[in-house]
Amino acid sequence: MALDRRTLLRGLLTAGAAAAGGQATVAQAAVRVAPPPDAVGLLYDSTLCVGCKACVEACREANGLEPDVAYIQGVAYQAPVDLSARAKNVIKLYREGERSAFMKAQCMHCVDPACTGACMLGALKKREKGIVSYDASLCIGCRYCQMACPFGVPKFEWAKVAPKIVKCELCRHRLAEGKLPACVEVCPRGAVIYGTRADLLAEAKRRLAAHPDRYVPKVYGEHDGGGTQVLYLAAVPFEKLGLPELGTEPVPTVARTVQHGIYKGFVAPVALYAALAAVLVRNRRRGAPAADEETPA
Amino acid sequence: MSTHAQPVGGPLLTRSYHVLLALVGLMGLVVAWRAVAGLGATTALSDGYPWGLWIAFDVVTGTALACGGYAVALLVYILNQGRYHPLVRPALLTSALGYSMAGFSVVVDVGRPWLAWKLPIQFWNWNLNSILLEVALCIMAYTVVLWIELSPAFLEKGKESSWPRVRRFAERASPRMEKALLWFVALGMLLPTMHQSSLGSMMLLSGPRLHPLWNTPWLPLLFLMSCLAMGYAAVIFESTLSSHFFRRPRETRMLAALSGVMFWVVLAFGVFRVGERALGGALGHVATLDKYAWFFLAEMALVAAPLFLLASRARRADPRRLFQAALLLMLGGGLYRFDTYLVAFNPGDHWSYFPAVPELLFTLGIVAFEIAVYIALVRKFPILRGQAPARVRAAAAA
Repeated sequence: MALDRRTLLRGLLTAGAAAAGGQATVAQAAVRVAPPPDAVGLLYDSTLCVGCKACVEACREANGLEPDVAYIQGVAYQAPVDLSARAKNVIKLYREGERSAFMKAQCMHCVDPACTGACMLGALKKREKGIVSYDASLCIGCRYCQMACPFGVPKFEWAKVAPKIVKCELCRHRLAEGKLPACVEVCPRGAVIYGTRADLLAEAKRRLAAHPDRYVPKVYGEHDGGGTQVLYLAAVPFEKLGLPELGTEPVPTVARTVQHGIYKGFVAPVALYAALAAVLVRNRRRGAPAADEETPA
Repeated sequence: MSTHAQPVGGPLLTRSYHVLLALVGLMGLVVAWRAVAGLGATTALSDGYPWGLWIAFDVVTGTALACGGYAVALLVYILNQGRYHPLVRPALLTSALGYSMAGFSVVVDVGRPWLAWKLPIQFWNWNLNSILLEVALCIMAYTVVLWIELSPAFLEKGKESSWPRVRRFAERASPRMEKALLWFVALGMLLPTMHQSSLGSMMLLSGPRLHPLWNTPWLPLLFLMSCLAMGYAAVIFESTLSSHFFRRPRETRMLAALSGVMFWVVLAFGVFRVGERALGGALGHVATLDKYAWFFLAEMALVAAPLFLLASRARRADPRRLFQAALLLMLGGGLYRFDTYLVAFNPGDHWSYFPAVPELLFTLGIVAFEIAVYIALVRKFPILRGQAPARVRAAAAA
């Protein structure tokens, strides 16, 4: 005899209780994470950048990375084309017809990062000043951070037998010595500046107000993906520079809401376990086949 | 006695078994190479596609195919359908092997496995927001639970051991295990409910880079439904092949009834999968007929075909249709999970991924290892229930 629909539904409900239970809360607003009061970051003004790439080399030196060499007409240049395990900071050029703009890529130091939400033991974590920093002693090398980061920032040392995750940590080792991040220190045009997020945001808005003709009227990172500690000003639409349209919700919101909905206080799993055990005990009492007992033929 | 589980017996080291062992050997070489040369040298993985075949197939698809133990246990112990009981032990064995090898794949895949011991130990470092942490701990625990659930088979064998010490241990442990087993059986249903749904939740974090045909907050429920459907399909697949290769009587009546259950699970999955995306306003993407649309349509075809094959009771009674439906469903459910982790994940046009030869060899070796151990254990331990072992019947027939 085939099982009827009711039996099936009962089965699915039993199995799906935990998963389905959490779904109801997806729509509910999640508590928004605020940037830490001492949050620091960068403000990169694409209109001031001349693409000299001094910041790229300074970053490499300050972080002790191997050169990422490209040969251009037979001459070796330290010229990383994109972020990699050997480049925590790169300058890219966007060009379309007459229009062109420079773009500086490095970790965005999100207010509510996807990578730290992914990381199992907190190897990636927002530590002092809200900087997303890396502790290799807690990293298993699972690379979930790479799957999660919408900016494609964390990179992995694929060529090594003992690989680590490599990403901009805002030169926290230099900050600890009272120095500026290397990219900021060498920039000849002040295209990238360092400060608290609040100050940088105020400065960005001041520039927007002073030169509304020069900029796309938006500070990328103020609200994008729940806000980032690295902020951008540009004359071309930000998605042309490779900055994704994320909306204002932090990237981990959906995952966290679903997961917290299901596992809040670990009540649902405990309740489900109790229910399963209760049914098993009842079924055994009724003389049905108990755990791995043979039914008489 | 004939209805009890008993060893199949028969010779182990046949010619085809040597092929399996050779594949396992190749896998060993890949593992050794990966250990000395690193992931970059042995895989096609990149910063754009940090997860490849080993995660998308060995873990995400493999554990779903290993959900037979979970799916059948729900029927037998919760819905009290005792008639399916003969399917429990072989299903548990495939599950235990599938989960164990998924765990092994993870150890080979992670970049810094020498720190993996910290995961279950250093609870003070646990990031309770990390869905992967939950999945990892849950899968570790479930793998242990599966072998415990299977332990009566080993204890039964132990009771007949020629070593008195093993015999004594088995006789002492057996009744205790029988009493305790219920609590493990309950765990064996709770844990897969948790981590199989969480395997879906995991990709929510990749949401911005996941194609809209796959990106939905309902991923956990879809993954739970797909693992149940695939679990039943895997049981039908495994049982049919066992009957064929060990020349045992077919369990068609039982499998036909089971496929009835499976039919409704698959129907629910298919309707929910399409309906939810239609409500989410994403189905229009199918009309673009791009790569994503074709993969989506392929999934739909692989779900619709088994539904068609199993649409009536008469059809379900045909062992050939049953087997075809199970096979298609394993492919369909597998493709859904594979797509969610690889095909639908778009890190940007400048990245591409196709598994490298060592990755393929490793995965092939994993499957070969599972089959090899399954055959060995089924021959030596009381896993399969049924009539007299094949060789006895063969002798009687001669």
